[in-house]
Amino acid sequence: MLDRDGLRARALAALDKPAKLGADLDLNRYEKASPPRPMLSASELRSLPTADRQRMLLAGVDLNGRDRCGTYLLVDTSVLHCSSQQEGVEVTPLTGALESLAWLGDYYWKLVEVDADKYTASAELDLHDGFLIRALPGSRSIHPMQACLYLDREGLQQNVHNIVIAEEGSELHVISGCTTSTRLRGGLHVGVTEFFVKKGAKLTFTMIHNWTEDMAVRPRSAARVEESGLFVSNYVCLKPVRSLQGYPTACLAGPGSVARFYSILAGSPVSDIDLGGRVVLEEPGCRAEIVSRAITNGGRIMARGQLIGKATGIKAHLECRGLIMGGGAMLAVPELEGHADGVEMSHEAAVGKIAQEEINYLMARGLDEEEAVSTIVRGFLKVEVPGLHPLLQAELDRAVTATQEKSM
Amino acid sequence: MLVIEGLQVEVGGRMLLKRIDLEIKPGETHILFGPNGSGKTSLLMAIMGFPNYMVRGGHIYFMGREITGLPIHERARLGLGMSFQRPPTMHGLKTRQIVELCARGKVDAASLARRINMEHLLEREVNAGLSGGEIKRSELLQLMAQDPDLLLFDEPESGVDLENIALVGKTVAWMLQKDVEPAQGEPPPLRESRRQRTKMGLIITHTGHILNYLEADRGHVLFDGQLCCLGNPREILGCIGRFGYEECLRCLTATG
Repeated sequence: MLDRDGLRARALAALDKPAKLGADLDLNRYEKASPPRPMLSASELRSLPTADRQRMLLAGVDLNGRDRCGTYLLVDTSVLHCSSQQEGVEVTPLTGALESLAWLGDYYWKLVEVDADKYTASAELDLHDGFLIRALPGSRSIHPMQACLYLDREGLQQNVHNIVIAEEGSELHVISGCTTSTRLRGGLHVGVTEFFVKKGAKLTFTMIHNWTEDMAVRPRSAARVEESGLFVSNYVCLKPVRSLQGYPTACLAGPGSVARFYSILAGSPVSDIDLGGRVVLEEPGCRAEIVSRAITNGGRIMARGQLIGKATGIKAHLECRGLIMGGGAMLAVPELEGHADGVEMSHEAAVGKIAQEEINYLMARGLDEEEAVSTIVRGFLKVEVPGLHPLLQAELDRAVTATQEKSM
Repeated sequence: MLVIEGLQVEVGGRMLLKRIDLEIKPGETHILFGPNGSGKTSLLMAIMGFPNYMVRGGHIYFMGREITGLPIHERARLGLGMSFQRPPTMHGLKTRQIVELCARGKVDAASLARRINMEHLLEREVNAGLSGGEIKRSELLQLMAQDPDLLLFDEPESGVDLENIALVGKTVAWMLQKDVEPAQGEPPPLRESRRQRTKMGLIITHTGHILNYLEADRGHVLFDGQLCCLGNPREILGCIGRFGYEECLRCLTATG
């Protein structure tokens, strides 16, 4: 049963509770409401202003729906569109689902604590909407479901809560693009996402963030993976953002389950980014990998990673690489915790600059220094994710290339 | 033509090349011998323009133009190219991509790779986890794509397994236009094929194995930063085999 009153009471008590990490934001600075917008049909989506559609496209969301199995679009506080073309994959606005689906009580706020900090509390008290995406047992989607969380209203705090469920034996791919209109200078995006990967299911979630220089972002997400399940989370944030803090956590609760976190970050001079990834391996035979690549050119990036091994025969690796190009600070904090005999965990962390030897090597092949540097940076940011849908890998690569074209 | 006059090169505070004079005419291939640490790689790196190989005296001319102070990529674009002995690993860059970069797009990477038995490694990151021999072949592949006029080879055959040594030798010969197949009928007279040959080569070798696959015009011995012997490469190789580099020291003291 869903106890909204109980959740609200806990949230109220935590409304002033700062997060453990990241700058403490004053939530009173942000508006919590915006005028409602009407729903749009699929064809009306295609007639949204080109500039907006272009921004969404850069975040991996194609409103033509090409190569996608469904579309969810939230602009400011209103759901504009929500539809699935794929049998076996459901997408529903979360607020509606909370009213009509009693079983959602078993999922809502079950992995993320509602009173974890003021951001989770605020997301409960002033929830705008979000999506519930569910792949039915045994269903397999070829194309990804796309979801866009769009900010247009200046100074708005957008509160989103998403739930993604891959039922037993299903395969689901989701691409989530969070971005703003070109007019917008600043606002706050609070995004709670809870992932449930059931027995033998496979879920890949690719999140592309394209923010603006005055945006603050507080993602709060967690995943629970059952026996032999696979959870892959990709996070790309290459455009300037003022303040970003998140520490997504996956709990591998069934034997033989796997989690992979990949993040690709670029900080601008104004950025203060603190992003982590944590996997708790609770059962024998679980595996995890956390890979982070970050570049700063003046801002501060903290890349955290934590692996907690609690059972025999688990295997996990953490890789964290940072480049400093033109000032700024790059901090890498890898942590390993083993709590059982026979755990196998490792990490490698490196912070540095581009090796002159590599630049010279490419120059000897005829590239000038600038071409050599951008080739190396593109290579640094290029992460090949095992098991990722080729379409999503292409989106990842495109996001990286697009930034390169603008900044180099 | 490559002309080097009185070249002095300093690396990390040590003068590694003392006074080098060298001339390679169009179509000529020269072999560079010398013991470890004599400055062979430094000479190649200085010709290619690596900034930590600081020229303290002398001049380098290529095709009539002084290139002594030019940055690496401008030399590469003028037609200098190098096969490295220990190239860096390039993460995130595939061999196929670097081949395309070398050729500035105008190349069929797969067919070039087939020539040097590298086709199966095209999708691998450049030099990542490759064996010594594979690295050498990767270097040759990139150089083929680049198609320079002056080819500098730093020990192209070292670390290459027996199965591939002939392939490497023949590829180097082919790149230096040593075994130009006649289009049809009789091969052209020797003088003719020499005249058609324009590629210049400078090859560092320890073992001399490369000489089994190509004819070189001249051999040099670099000893303690000085070129101390000029002659027929096979003769020099034979002499080093019999007497070692000690003989070079004797030569140097006698002439110096």
